[in-house]
Amino acid sequence: MAEPGRAEPSPVEGGRPGRAARTALATNAGPGRVLVGVYALFALAAGARSAYQIATDLAAAPLPYLLSALAAAVYLLAAVGLARAGHTGWRVALACCTVELVGVLAVGTYSVLAPQDFPDETVWSGYGQGYGYVPLVLPVLGLLWLRRTAAAGWR
Amino acid sequence: MSSGLAVAVIACSLVLAAGCLLTAARDRAPGRVHLAGAAVVEAVLLAQVVVAVVRLAGGERPGSLVTFVGYLVAAPLLLPAAAALAALERTRWGAVILGVAALVLPVLMLRLQQLWHG
Repeated sequence: MAEPGRAEPSPVEGGRPGRAARTALATNAGPGRVLVGVYALFALAAGARSAYQIATDLAAAPLPYLLSALAAAVYLLAAVGLARAGHTGWRVALACCTVELVGVLAVGTYSVLAPQDFPDETVWSGYGQGYGYVPLVLPVLGLLWLRRTAAAGWR
Repeated sequence: MSSGLAVAVIACSLVLAAGCLLTAARDRAPGRVHLAGAAVVEAVLLAQVVVAVVRLAGGERPGSLVTFVGYLVAAPLLLPAAAALAALERTRWGAVILGVAALVLPVLMLRLQQLWHG
């Protein structure tokens, strides 16, 4: 939650909180809550899928399956970081969104250049095309949201 | 699985999504109408789940049983989870949460159909 002394003025006109009303580092409210939901959904989707694939046939496509598991862990951590808010949560979320963006760009490029290493899809292969490119858009939205909610020293 | 019910779920869900996103665009929080809409979609979805379970019990098998059952269990949890999250967010963003879930559900339904026929 918000740090003492960092809280900004509360709700303004029409009963809905204005932009200025959101307290610094409250990463879990407003658009942040949408992000928490989408991150949780992706953690579940990527996690369930990779757990099943690793359990049944890891040898078939070890790289993609392990990358999916990594992606799932990052999504879960990002969801928790955003949901917990505060300084630690904010930094955890920043690290996760950065790893995610680098991951989706690196794995995306790798999967295009060396498709033979990707006999099966991961969340990040083809820049997330199997998931409607949401894995590419999500970290960008996350980083924009983190910049919006950043404490003064980080802005 | 019933193709008719799949189409019904997808259509109802898309209407709900449109309603929610329109509400968000008008800068309103979701209200009873949205909850009622979500309940209707959920009811049609549960009918589909019952049909699927009956047909599975009758010996019919989708392409990948484990994946199919995974989607079958996850799909009915989506809208209630989104509604619960939206209830914590009484702003336009609550409507966005419900709208996004209502856009994801048709994708899950298509995937279920694909698995059933695969």
